[in-house]
Amino acid sequence: MTEFTATVTVTLKHGVLDPEAETTQQALERLGFELQDLRSADRFEIDLDADSADDAAERAEEMAERLLANPTIHDYEVTVSET
Amino acid sequence: MTVAVIQFGGSNCDRDSVQALEEIGVEAELVWHEDGLPEDVDGVMLPGGFSYGDYLRAGAMAGRSPIMEEVKTAAEDGTPVLGVCNGAQIGCESSLTPGAFTTNESARFQCEHVYLRVENADTPWTRAYDEGEVIELPIAHGEGRYEIADDRLEELEADDRVLFTYCDADGTVTPEANPNGSKHAVAGITGDRGDHVAVMMPHPERVALADLGHTQGQGVLEGFET
Repeated sequence: MTEFTATVTVTLKHGVLDPEAETTQQALERLGFELQDLRSADRFEIDLDADSADDAAERAEEMAERLLANPTIHDYEVTVSET
Repeated sequence: MTVAVIQFGGSNCDRDSVQALEEIGVEAELVWHEDGLPEDVDGVMLPGGFSYGDYLRAGAMAGRSPIMEEVKTAAEDGTPVLGVCNGAQIGCESSLTPGAFTTNESARFQCEHVYLRVENADTPWTRAYDEGEVIELPIAHGEGRYEIADDRLEELEADDRVLFTYCDADGTVTPEANPNGSKHAVAGITGDRGDHVAVMMPHPERVALADLGHTQGQGVLEGFET
């Protein structure tokens, strides 16, 4: 078994309104920053012991499917690194 | 008819719901989620509140709690299930009902009275009203914007599964009358297993006690009457 860290990044599907991101963008603009767009995301870092990086990724994907992301509004991405 | 009002950690409309149900003569009991669904219940209400602190997404944790598997099985067998506010979020997160209730367009928590147009009066939850009738109920939520793929929503509309839409006092659906940016102003929908399962963001149980002056929400709760 090897220790891995799986990072699950959950983003809103294209076209789904992101009011928090819009509010954050407005706040940045009020501070004088110039930007074209801003998207927010949730990132989960999961430490787990697994036989291989593929195994760790598979388990993290199942976590995303079953809880971390809501398929109605979210896309997600999983990356794995050795801890 | 005994309705189980399910309490999760953070539910806060549970006792109001019991009182509102009893007001119309429906027996109701509080059921702590870890105790499981009693065998003799013939209705389930998922009350409002902030289960699991709204962590991750409102309703995400409660929607995957073991009791929800029992609720889904009961729903399959025809037991009426109503989810209100956080209960509606739990209903969608558990796939009892399609779509998702997510962050309000305003990105703020909103607590106000809204007008609702009855879109389908041929369900247990709306048969007390007429199609097109306008009722007034309160909302109190930060994540009530109904979101679903466009084609899926068109299917739901074609199948008459929208219960209520947000409208103005005259019953016209306008962007201004939509408090949270819900797609097509949807405020409540029925489940995939039939119209005995329904969820809605506005609170009928808060407009159901005669002593408080208004009882327009009673009609929704009457869906539990057999």
